[in-house]
Amino acid sequence: MTPVLDLRNITKQFPGVLANDHINLTLEEGEIHALLGENGAGKSTLMNILYGLYNPDEGEIHIRGQRTQISGPTDAIRQGIGMVHQHFMLVPVLTVTENVMLGEEPTKGAILDRKLVAERIRELSRRHGLEVDPDARVENLSVGVRQRVEIIKVLYRKANILILDEPTAVLTPQEADDLFEILRSLRKQGVSIIFISHKLREVLELADRVTVIRRGRVIGETKTAGASQATLAEMMVGRQVALTVSKHAATVGDAIVQVNNLKVLDNRLQIAVNGADLEVRAGEIMGIAGVQGNGQTELIEAITGLRTVQQGSVKLAGQDVTNASPRRVTECGVGHIPEDRQEDGLVLSFPIYDNLIINSYYRQPYAKGLVVNQKAIEGQAGALIEKFDIRTPGAEVPVSNLSGGNQQKVIIARELNRPLKLLIANQPTRGLDVGSIEFIHKQLVEKRDDGVAVLLVSAELDEIMGLADRIAVMFKGKFTAIVDAKTVSKEQVGLMMAGNTLEEALANAPRSAVQQQEIIT
Amino acid sequence: MSKKAATQSSTAKEAHPAKKQGGVMNAILIPLLAVITALIIGAILILVTEKTVVNAWLHFFDNPGAALKLTWKSVSTAYGAMLEGALNPGGIVKGIGVALRGGGTQDLAVAMVPLAESLTQSVPYIFAGLAVAFAFQGGLFNIGGEGQMLVGALCSVYVGFKVTGLPWAIHLPLALLAGLAGSALWAMIVGALKAYTGAHEVINTIMMNWIAISLSTWLLKVGGPMARPDVPVTPPVLESAWIPRLFTTPGNRFHLGFFLALFVVWLVWWLLYKSTLGFQIRMVGANPKAAKYSGVNVKRLWIIIMGISGSLAGLAGTVQTLAVDRWVGVGFSSGMGFDAIALALLGKNHPVGVLMAALLFGTLKNGATRMQSVAQIPVDIITIVIALVIVFIAAPEIIRTLYRLRKGSISEGPVFTKGWGS
Repeated sequence: MTPVLDLRNITKQFPGVLANDHINLTLEEGEIHALLGENGAGKSTLMNILYGLYNPDEGEIHIRGQRTQISGPTDAIRQGIGMVHQHFMLVPVLTVTENVMLGEEPTKGAILDRKLVAERIRELSRRHGLEVDPDARVENLSVGVRQRVEIIKVLYRKANILILDEPTAVLTPQEADDLFEILRSLRKQGVSIIFISHKLREVLELADRVTVIRRGRVIGETKTAGASQATLAEMMVGRQVALTVSKHAATVGDAIVQVNNLKVLDNRLQIAVNGADLEVRAGEIMGIAGVQGNGQTELIEAITGLRTVQQGSVKLAGQDVTNASPRRVTECGVGHIPEDRQEDGLVLSFPIYDNLIINSYYRQPYAKGLVVNQKAIEGQAGALIEKFDIRTPGAEVPVSNLSGGNQQKVIIARELNRPLKLLIANQPTRGLDVGSIEFIHKQLVEKRDDGVAVLLVSAELDEIMGLADRIAVMFKGKFTAIVDAKTVSKEQVGLMMAGNTLEEALANAPRSAVQQQEIIT
Repeated sequence: MSKKAATQSSTAKEAHPAKKQGGVMNAILIPLLAVITALIIGAILILVTEKTVVNAWLHFFDNPGAALKLTWKSVSTAYGAMLEGALNPGGIVKGIGVALRGGGTQDLAVAMVPLAESLTQSVPYIFAGLAVAFAFQGGLFNIGGEGQMLVGALCSVYVGFKVTGLPWAIHLPLALLAGLAGSALWAMIVGALKAYTGAHEVINTIMMNWIAISLSTWLLKVGGPMARPDVPVTPPVLESAWIPRLFTTPGNRFHLGFFLALFVVWLVWWLLYKSTLGFQIRMVGANPKAAKYSGVNVKRLWIIIMGISGSLAGLAGTVQTLAVDRWVGVGFSSGMGFDAIALALLGKNHPVGVLMAALLFGTLKNGATRMQSVAQIPVDIITIVIALVIVFIAAPEIIRTLYRLRKGSISEGPVFTKGWGS
């Protein structure tokens, strides 16, 4: 059978990087084919070539046996290729129907025929289980539903080759499960799917075949049946990767952060943190588990001085820092890896060396009085780039040109490069590949072993379970339970995240290894 | 294949500076081509508005020579007059010749007047352009140059004619300071409104323009608080507060303020790129949320940015009045505060770019006057040429397509401001 899509010897050179080096890839009809690789391996370049955004320097594209050229996104859609980008291309103020018809509006006389489009959207939703209300405004939809709109958009244009660029990076675990159901249903109907990811578990769960690329080259292609996370990780990174964190028992010291009866409002002035109490001690990793939107973001912003505290207090190493300025909090020895690295953590248009000093630019040696000391700034940048393995042609490159993982490494290099008492890591590995995750986890554990108090917030329960010494479960702005990580199972934490009390969770979920042992002894 | 081999052999480190150089080339090439293209279109407009030329082209096949000749004559007269009025290269060469033959430097001095006047007319453009560019770098859109200029001019002129009995070395700095302080405070009101109430600076700077204009109309009406009893202008600035003119040739108004402008260009550059304050300003301009995260007091900085930007615009008015006009009348600034936005755009918000753009504006405006009197071409043609330059700079794709230029890196396009909703 001829493959639906056949890429042969695709090569693309960028200044300083060979992004794609003679890549071959075949996609069969009704197949989910995962494209696995680290950030910056060349996955996105390849897909942009397929979508007509770049011209390959070399190589051929065959669709259903026909050699073809793709001149741009419109042409790609015409040839049946639809792309769902990681960052959605939707107009928030328009309705779902309007977004779907945008660029291809059917008219009745001079009037847009919204009804016809809405009807087709309903039909597509029914057929593929893509639940969505055609009349809803996109800005009122959750991220998961927005993604469905994107999928509908390409199906509406009759695409039968679907490319999804890291679709789960922005989803909660539940939303990801829903997406997988949808993709399986599409596969059943003969749609062929390229699924770009660096999450091994997802690839094994969803895909039929997987092609691994590293540094622009195809390393191998294999059926997922019979492949394991460890082998895929090794192919992807080029060495053995520790998928679990190894750490010794914590040596815990004094309390570093004390949060008392904290009340904080969110952006809509609704109560987000409602009387939270928390204590993190030196030398331990405190993991905050919770479904997103239960006040974690607001709690961290309140501790770091970015959000006003309505009631209650925050103490740092004995000092009261309730409603202190972000600068004062930083100077108390707090490092903060923010949740949204591009929004809060980096100035994307600035070079790497400037981003490494955005919270210490006013201090020796980076400033001499009122004057910036360029030499010192660039000097330390070289050392940090090496130490934290930031992959870049040079320190003067704007961080916007770096991949997500390397952007995160810039932030981590900056935050860990000064004496710390408390390190706050909010979703530190979101959207990163295994190699970067391993690196970041190691850094966090190292800091903990140095006697730093580490406050980790993560939507990935695996990450919390693997790293934390104690787990605080946050639900509706409060901590419902703070427990020793060894004494609870993942399922029990999951139940508590859904609003159950500790007792209910312990009674209703499988026990952890420690609990089992207690029963035996 | 050879191309591939070549690129592969160059390492990542070598490839980068080459790309950077291309960016610099583009940064100069596009404005240059924009100016040339605008002048060509201006020439076509000049031709179309001349009846004789149009007639000759309508009868092109009867007498093609005449049509071409008239075309050449028309364009060369117009642009020739402009060149003569703005720079007078022919006169200068002749003047040098006379001086070398021992005929004295009198001719040369006279021939230099147009050039001196072009530089003189550039001075307020330099200050006003810097004002807008500086605010843009901090993410603020200052459309209030008009009002800030007026306030600056009024404050310094007031000190200039009211305070008496001071020596030059004290009176002039005092008048300059009054202008600086007045315009800075005027603009800081807008900064404070943004910081503490969230009111957008675009709206408020426009409002403040109207307040400044109305205030000046009241102050300067005949018999008003700052006007003479007989005419709606201020009394003349005392000589002790004059910015000195440097030449005595009649018509040569070139003054010390030009060098002050050059110094301020350097100062703004230093402030933006070498000082910690500039680092904060550029950070707030590029990403206010990251600035807040990194401990910058964004609200306070907005007020500071507006203050500095306002005082730069104020200098445009102050220097112009203390050096050239030496009094203020109603309608003094006449749109310069808005031209300043174009200057910032043209100069890509870089102080040196703004300087270049301001020199171009001053020269074109100065030349246009001569073009009108000699060739009877309306000055509006030059306004159109300037407008076209701005269009081409704002939409560089037009120039790239026209001249088949390759696009630079994606991040090359300047981000001027976040504008609404930020």
